[in-house]
Amino acid sequence: MAGYRVGIDVGSTNTDAVIVDRKGGLVYAVKTPTTSDVTSGLLKALKQVVEGSGVPPEEIVSVNFGTTHGLNAIVQRQGLLRVGVIRIGLPATRIVEPMADWPADLREAVGGLVAMVRGGFEYNGEEIAPLDEDAVRRAAEQFKTMGAEAVAITSVFSPVRPDHELRAAEIVSDVMGEVPISLSHTIGSIGLLERENATILNAAIIGVMRRVIEAVRGTMEELGLEHAKLYVAQNDGTVIAAEYAEKYPILTVVAAVSNSIRGAYVLTGLKDAIVVDMGGTTTNVGVLEHGFPRESSLAAEIGGVRTSFMMPDFVAIGVAGGSVVKVRGEEVIVGPESVGYELVTKGIAWGGNVMTATDIALALDRMSIDDPRCDPERPKRLIPRDIAEKAYSYIVSRVEEAIDKIKTKPDPMPVVLVGGGSDMLPRKLAGASEVIRPEGAQSANAIGAATAMIGATIEKTFNYEYTPRPRALEEAKREAMNRAIEAGADPSTLEVALVEEIAIPYLPGNIVKVRVKVAGQARL
Amino acid sequence: MGEWRLKPEDVDDIAVGAAVLGAGGGGDPYLGKLMARRVLERGAEIVLVDPDDVDDESFIVAPAFMGAPVTMFEKLPSGAESVKVIKILEGFMNKSFDYLTPIEAGGLNSTIPLYVGGVTGRTLIDGDGMGRAFPELQMVTFHLYGVKATPMALADEKGNGVILDTIDNYWAERIARMVTVRMGGWASIAIYPMEGRIYKKAVIPKTISKAAEIGRELRDAKNSGRDPVDALLEAAGGFKLFEGKIVDVSRWTEAGFAKGRVEIEGLGDYKGRRMIVDFQNENLVARIDGEVVASVPDIISILDMETGEPITTERLRYGFRVVVAGIPCDPKWRTPHALEVVGPRYFGYNVNYVPIEERIKVLAY
Repeated sequence: MAGYRVGIDVGSTNTDAVIVDRKGGLVYAVKTPTTSDVTSGLLKALKQVVEGSGVPPEEIVSVNFGTTHGLNAIVQRQGLLRVGVIRIGLPATRIVEPMADWPADLREAVGGLVAMVRGGFEYNGEEIAPLDEDAVRRAAEQFKTMGAEAVAITSVFSPVRPDHELRAAEIVSDVMGEVPISLSHTIGSIGLLERENATILNAAIIGVMRRVIEAVRGTMEELGLEHAKLYVAQNDGTVIAAEYAEKYPILTVVAAVSNSIRGAYVLTGLKDAIVVDMGGTTTNVGVLEHGFPRESSLAAEIGGVRTSFMMPDFVAIGVAGGSVVKVRGEEVIVGPESVGYELVTKGIAWGGNVMTATDIALALDRMSIDDPRCDPERPKRLIPRDIAEKAYSYIVSRVEEAIDKIKTKPDPMPVVLVGGGSDMLPRKLAGASEVIRPEGAQSANAIGAATAMIGATIEKTFNYEYTPRPRALEEAKREAMNRAIEAGADPSTLEVALVEEIAIPYLPGNIVKVRVKVAGQARL
Repeated sequence: MGEWRLKPEDVDDIAVGAAVLGAGGGGDPYLGKLMARRVLERGAEIVLVDPDDVDDESFIVAPAFMGAPVTMFEKLPSGAESVKVIKILEGFMNKSFDYLTPIEAGGLNSTIPLYVGGVTGRTLIDGDGMGRAFPELQMVTFHLYGVKATPMALADEKGNGVILDTIDNYWAERIARMVTVRMGGWASIAIYPMEGRIYKKAVIPKTISKAAEIGRELRDAKNSGRDPVDALLEAAGGFKLFEGKIVDVSRWTEAGFAKGRVEIEGLGDYKGRRMIVDFQNENLVARIDGEVVASVPDIISILDMETGEPITTERLRYGFRVVVAGIPCDPKWRTPHALEVVGPRYFGYNVNYVPIEERIKVLAY
């Protein structure tokens, strides 16, 4: 049977890899510790899962991976490209130049090449000023001299009218030749600084993304997988073709959370549920809405920078499998410190001397672990019962609190438990109509990646007086479809997964932000 | 008090404190804070003096931004428009301004005047016309004392300037609102030009230092491990009205205003009780089990239970654990005349205003 797919997900503790069959059924799974360089662990997981599964390489059609490379590069300020930044908007916006609110070390790491030029639009699509094409050309020439490796262009109200960004990109290509250019209207929504920040970060991590894709392709060749398509998991729970991810790497920086949520859907068939993903260091609680991760509308900070782009809505707590248990007088606290992947050497059940959440669960018979090195009798003997019970109820109440926080309504909802640590949780939780831990829960993230659809989410702003609603919605859908096709989707399978309209207050006319998400099958 | 030269951390503290006093309104102070900090980084000074130190003959104006915050967060200011409004108003009145005064303590307009003071080199006065945030131009104590909003100036980033001279402050509000739309959604304004003599009577004194103190206490509490909500209430002279979890937030549009209502289920000492807060930009009326416990113009502020950070009305969401604080407004808002301008009835509530200190006494039994 052909049509096997590989899914890999890099977490902070473990890197998971699976092979699923054409119907999405789990064939083989491996788990290896995430390495400090991330890439070697990822490649190892890929090798192990392909070789260990016994599936003939020619029957594998795709490799989908989700990784933290982009996020790590930003947070650690390493491997970032030198970015030439153009902002189009003068005379407006002069007050705060690009990257003014960035941490100095990050600003330095991306090079600090900035040009502000005349142009941009008003909320209603009128020009603030005509685009100063000469100034764009001069900026491009300067970037070229200074050795810029990528360019980020942001124009005022480009989500309403992208014309100036598009024209500026033409000029920059003309001057600089083959240089990656990131345009803000393809990345974020209204809110200039946040969108500009996301666009600059996108440009800065293009190099990192190219290198990891190249490395994965190299290993695929070694394994005889050169025919298979390569996809990268993005933040909204879908995947995009590797070539597309190289252009929009910022879309992939928080994919891990979404992979698990999407995996919970694949494993249970539940379209609406709360997903609790308990790993080694953190537990992420997110929401499945119509089969996809619910997205957040709030600005988010990455590496000390305010940004806005599509991100799953989730609550993270520092209570998970490897969390360290501390006793302070009468009080017992779990986390946020964690032994991470060292659980298997430091945990009490593995002969170590650090009391972890997993040891507590083993002591109370709340969990079973399929590992010959693990001795559940040891924590039972060494941890006093009252401490174990206090720690356990602390863990449960923190998870219940997170479940409640992520909800938007008080009604009970089904809760799906995924991730390696989640077996310790009780099958009854406050706020849950039912608690399900499906088969394959420990690999839900990689399964989510392996089975993901190709998708695109776009956000556009319209004035319904200017563009009537039906035409606006049609335009938004068409644009989302075009992007999904560019990202590797088969056009005949594309379906609209979500249409959301958000009116923007305090403005005359009828200004509405339209968000459209489409998803379909891969064009193989 | 002499002169107060702001340090960068003062700007951050003022932004946080003003958000507490802003009663959930005024928008995100982030941009104004960034602007003021940039001015300091470029070597300018932001200097404040006490209202008592202002001469009767001195001439004062209030710089601010007016319009839709969303458009301002996209089409950021050039910086020149804030200087321009002052210059053209001075030209029109053939007088120069000795001082600038903030108009409101809340959101963007709490930090914008700091920027204008820094960039124009004018001294600011530690006081304002609201002591909190309100949505309309005439809702300032200056209005209560008969000060005219006009002549006022508006300017955009392109260099367009407009001078308004209106028959009263309500007309100023209506016409200025229209001009901001044509200027792209927002405009820089200079408004309520007046002499020190009347200003000193009409001002709500020390609101900026009060905001700074609230912000500083909150910051210190985080470092020292003290309960941030307690620290904040002490600095603001406020009362804890309720503690609980948000169980419902509904929003709707009525007569062009974005209105809403948040429902909070009691926790701890408040278990079994329910608070409802009505808002329209700002929080207006708070009820526990149907009984009013606080109303506009007293300040109703919703705070994150753990961090004490104020939560603006647009960010309220199900599941947040919050403390609802009530802070007495300035006595100037408590006269019958003032209550006609900003009392609960002006906002359409069939509620009599009772000062929060009295309501809280009843609550204690």
